[in-house]
Amino acid sequence: MANVNRRVLPGFSLTLGYTVFYLSVLVIIPIAACFIRAASLSFDEFWGAVWTERARAAYMLTFGASFIAAVINLVLGALIAWVLVRYDFPGKRVVDSLVDLPLALPTAVGGLVYAALYVKNGWIGQFLVPLGIQGAYSRLGIVLVLVFVGLPFMVRTVQPVLEDFDPESEEASASLGASRLQTLRHVILPALYPAMITGFALAFARSVGEYGSVVFISGNMPFKTEIAPILIVARLEEFAYGEATAIAVVLLVISFSLLIFINLLENWSRRHAA
Amino acid sequence: MLPNSIDLVYLSQHPTRATEAVLKRSGFIALLTLGTLGLFGCNQAESAERTKPAASAAEPQAAAPPKSVELLNVSYDPTRELWRDLNEKFIASYEKETGTKVTIKQSHGGSSTQARSVIDGLEADVVTLASFLDTEAISKKGLIQPGWMEELPNRSLPYTSTIVFVVRKGNPKNVKDWTDLVKPGVEVITPNPKTSGNGYLSFFSAWGSVVLRGGSRDDAVKYVTQLYKQVPVLDSGARGATTTFVQKKIGDVHLAWENEARLEVREAKGDLDIVYPPISIRAEPHVAIVDANVDRKGSRAAAEAYLKYVYTNEAQQIVAKHFYRPSDEATLKANAATFPEIKLFPVTEIAKDFPDAHKQFIAEGGVFDSIYKPKK
Repeated sequence: MANVNRRVLPGFSLTLGYTVFYLSVLVIIPIAACFIRAASLSFDEFWGAVWTERARAAYMLTFGASFIAAVINLVLGALIAWVLVRYDFPGKRVVDSLVDLPLALPTAVGGLVYAALYVKNGWIGQFLVPLGIQGAYSRLGIVLVLVFVGLPFMVRTVQPVLEDFDPESEEASASLGASRLQTLRHVILPALYPAMITGFALAFARSVGEYGSVVFISGNMPFKTEIAPILIVARLEEFAYGEATAIAVVLLVISFSLLIFINLLENWSRRHAA
Repeated sequence: MLPNSIDLVYLSQHPTRATEAVLKRSGFIALLTLGTLGLFGCNQAESAERTKPAASAAEPQAAAPPKSVELLNVSYDPTRELWRDLNEKFIASYEKETGTKVTIKQSHGGSSTQARSVIDGLEADVVTLASFLDTEAISKKGLIQPGWMEELPNRSLPYTSTIVFVVRKGNPKNVKDWTDLVKPGVEVITPNPKTSGNGYLSFFSAWGSVVLRGGSRDDAVKYVTQLYKQVPVLDSGARGATTTFVQKKIGDVHLAWENEARLEVREAKGDLDIVYPPISIRAEPHVAIVDANVDRKGSRAAAEAYLKYVYTNEAQQIVAKHFYRPSDEATLKANAATFPEIKLFPVTEIAKDFPDAHKQFIAEGGVFDSIYKPKK
């Protein structure tokens, strides 16, 4: 039998065909439809819809809050992953499962619960509000729920890498006279950077699109706590499909550029870690 | 990387040349299917419009009434219990009269979200939405004949409603009229007019309370600007606002639908009171038959009987029981204790019509936007 197929696994064209097919059905066609719809607007209409003062304030808030939340998750998520991998303690499995809960819970519920906790007569709010910390109906509230929805992405990307990371390297580092901080900075973190950047990107992207939880805790005040997805819904209520999609396109383009940038960063860090 | 022998093992388990070819082709097939899907997706919007004239010609009314028929009533959120009661009574009376067994499905959600679903192909036989804007949007797409408002009695309004105040027990801030809402220290809860019917009707009410009592346009702008400064949270919908006011106990006054306010006060068991301002908007939740859909499904007769039924005495009683203001004068009078008489003004007294009011006050660049413009 002549071996014409030089690939190890057969069925390359089949699997590629399906990959392209599914990606198209699930991702490319809906997004293309978005762009086509937005293209039905004239340039002035498009610009008028996406670049008002109010829209700019909303983009800043959406991307700003998502970025801050992702940064918090970067630290918090890595820490949780570390604890889960390196230590044994009673109830570890429960804690491990808890991490995934934000994925399973409808985010609207998360938003409602956070808002109820942080208002001035809520369990947590009754202590914080007298100190001048407004957790509900503020930008802080938005960051809080975004940390909540983004957490699993961070933990679950870092965890497997840490599991594969051999404690012996740390021991070796210590036996060569490195301090704990040096070991952390020069041995552990470099190995984690690519995973952390991926987790960051996932958490960030998730936050940019988040709607359900944020509307319940943000208070939706224009220029202050109004996120961009709210603008989309507002335009839809006016049956202005074109304008609504135009804002969506702007969000997509910015997110996509940021994700590509993060991807490049990840590649760069992977090369430099090696 | 892997030795060739493994490659051979895989191959011998799997393909002969023929199957390999099939595998190759299925990749193509997948791509082909994808192409067709793409075309289909692009055309869908137009084809929805194109089917309309064809559909109305397609199904002539059957001579004998069918044994059973199914209706879909697409409505907005708070009407769930109202229509459940109405359906039950209608089904019984319709079967007795015609021998046809009707089943009625209900769909509820935010009013304009529901309108969009119908536009996008949800096969509603009748729509009973919160506002003219939503029904008119469906009509504009050709699914409901123009002039639909004149097809049923009282401009297709079997019931109306209004916006009233809900306050904390004993009305501690002494809120009686719209002017009291802008007193220092009063916090007002109302949803975002941009995303909620409850929201823009509250806005229209507030506006009308100024201009219909001798105020100028400038006075009205000043009033609503101050009013919305005293709104700490702009929820996206009526339900969210209710939660904010009742559960989270934020705010002193909640501007609510009359029927929702009654339920809210009843549920609160004494913690909340209702206050009727002397003047408020007349909210007009029109009902309409979705012509394109009933003609295609052959359900017109049942759909018409269904909506006409809501005007009967029996139905008007049910309407009143659920705190909607019946359009039948006699029934309204009989329930005068439930519905205090206040001046209800239609939207046409503050603008040309509904779309005009929305454009002037709520839409992009309208009065509402100017309220929040940061000062330079």
